[in-house]
Amino acid sequence: MRRENMAIGGEPDGYKGLSVQPAGLRLADREGFVGTAMLAPAIIYVIALVGVPFFLAIALSLSDATVGNPSIHHFVGLANFISVIHEAAFAFALRNSLIITAATLVLLTILTIIQVEILARDFVGKRIAEILLILPWAMPVALAAVGWLWLLDSEYSPIDWILRAVGLLGPRTPLGPANNLYYLGREWLGLGAVVVINVWRTLPLSTIIVLAGRTAIPHELFEQAQLDGAGYFRTLFRITLPALAILLTVAILFTVLVIFGDLTVVALTTRGGPGYATEILPYWAYLKGIQGGALSQGAAIALFLFPVLLAVSIVALRMAYRREGL
Amino acid sequence: MAALEVRGLVKQFGDFTALKGISLATMQGEFLTIVGPSGCGKTTLMRLIAGLEKPTSGDVLLDGNVITPLPPRARNIAMVFQSYALYPHMSVSENIAFPLKARGVNRPEREQLIRWAAGVLGIERLLRRRPARLSGGEKQKVALARAIVRKPSLFIFDEPLSSLDAQVRAVARAELRQLHGRTGVTTIYVTHDQVEAVGLGDRVAVMQAGTLQQIGVPQQLYYEPANTFVASFIGTPPMNLLPRGDVILGFRPEHIVPRATLPTSADVATFDIRVTRTEFLGAEWIVYGTVNGTFGDAKVLCRLQHDAIGGLKAGDTRQFAVARSLLRFFDKDTGLRLPAPSNSTKSGAVAQR
Repeated sequence: MRRENMAIGGEPDGYKGLSVQPAGLRLADREGFVGTAMLAPAIIYVIALVGVPFFLAIALSLSDATVGNPSIHHFVGLANFISVIHEAAFAFALRNSLIITAATLVLLTILTIIQVEILARDFVGKRIAEILLILPWAMPVALAAVGWLWLLDSEYSPIDWILRAVGLLGPRTPLGPANNLYYLGREWLGLGAVVVINVWRTLPLSTIIVLAGRTAIPHELFEQAQLDGAGYFRTLFRITLPALAILLTVAILFTVLVIFGDLTVVALTTRGGPGYATEILPYWAYLKGIQGGALSQGAAIALFLFPVLLAVSIVALRMAYRREGL
Repeated sequence: MAALEVRGLVKQFGDFTALKGISLATMQGEFLTIVGPSGCGKTTLMRLIAGLEKPTSGDVLLDGNVITPLPPRARNIAMVFQSYALYPHMSVSENIAFPLKARGVNRPEREQLIRWAAGVLGIERLLRRRPARLSGGEKQKVALARAIVRKPSLFIFDEPLSSLDAQVRAVARAELRQLHGRTGVTTIYVTHDQVEAVGLGDRVAVMQAGTLQQIGVPQQLYYEPANTFVASFIGTPPMNLLPRGDVILGFRPEHIVPRATLPTSADVATFDIRVTRTEFLGAEWIVYGTVNGTFGDAKVLCRLQHDAIGGLKAGDTRQFAVARSLLRFFDKDTGLRLPAPSNSTKSGAVAQR
């Protein structure tokens, strides 16, 4: 009887002398406050560094502001847009922006899949391969540019040297008769160089994103496919890629956003030349608006990027949310 | 002819030996269950048979041909994983079609086979659904349909029921046996649940620590266990094992009854048991106790019919008896089964009186 009483009403011996007081309500316990406080930095950041410059760009593009006189009070309508379109450089810049972005996208997709397929397997030296993979990403742009400028140098390019050594470049050779290819001095080689550098620096990120998805596919699916009689390519195209499709698309689209609006690679290599042959919209906007001082025209050029970037962002975000909803 | 035969299979992972030389053969159309505690190597054995792993040494033969060097897709073996491994982005009918497409079966024949497989498992109405919208039991049926559609020479099931609810499991078990009856394909079924193994298998193979302990029909494992491991692994509750000297004495819990319930003339061994607890299970009682005397207070479990309990309660000491023909003897050092002592004086010495 005594035992029963203890179990129901009394305090078990193990707790004697110990007491746990409920803590008082703190500021951090109020969900409304915590939520606002946590979101505030992001909201301030977006307003200050994205919202304000964006509306300023619209205002600038509709004015006749220059670096010397940056007032936006004089409204000129769409005059800046019209005059920009009529310049010879515009057609080149728009074409090259689209070509570079599309070519980067295609190459990046293929190389990402290949890298992911390699890194999803176990092999000797995998750790080193992973470090090498990350390296382009971790390298500062300026340092990378020095490396690439040397690789693509008009006289001392090691690539040319190798081509000459194997008899592909020089007088009376398939790529001759010149002793150099002048990568940055020719229209298509220049565009190709920009694409290669773009792919080189974006490949690590897209590989890491897609690799995470690849390792999340249950191993049994691949074993099941093996047992079902599927070979490597059937497994790749029917099992692996469909499973990665959404992640791959998101990774590539976010890369496109970066590449389409980026001017650093062109600025550090071809500088848009020869002539306007490798000009792109963002670099041209920089040349006109900042270097040339025509702020309003620079803003107008930059705004041509906006519809494309907006469309890609919407698609990318929708895909990302669809993945979450799965 | 044996449908599947494995000869001296050894598998080492680094310095860990998962399989220490397994040899067994199945008969054509047989349903063989392989049971053992987790980590005993049964899944490794399955993966070697399916070709997902290569053995360190030994051979796998299917229908008399050595298939050891062949990759999984060149062996005509279908395996159903514990997780079912359905392709998530394909509909049910695409899942079932996958092994056919991989083999280049043409479209009309493919559709006919899909309808046949879906019909066998009763999943015609699910064909357009995605795996994410299926219940556990439905997923299992789809996985089975995908396995039978290509008419394999051997089925391997790796714990296919363990992710189902208890109620669905009983139904699924019956369906598995029925499916085996309809297709007649030799089946190997791996489980850690001895109730499932004994209930499903034509024969049962018991594994432990990478070795095959015993293979036989369920009754053989239950009544004539080859060693103490099988004796204690098969049956719920397990066989009572009482060490005494260099021999271990074994008997099933339902074979020990109060001495008073047996005729005095019966040839029995008797034990004085002190009851520590009784448990009511409806049709029967479980009596927990310790054997007094020369067995060093070994624990003992008795399963008594309701009318045999006779007011027994904790604290009582009473004489229990086991028919001598139901006693099993094991070597204390090796755990291996010993023949029953033939002369009666020796067996008299084993028992209390």
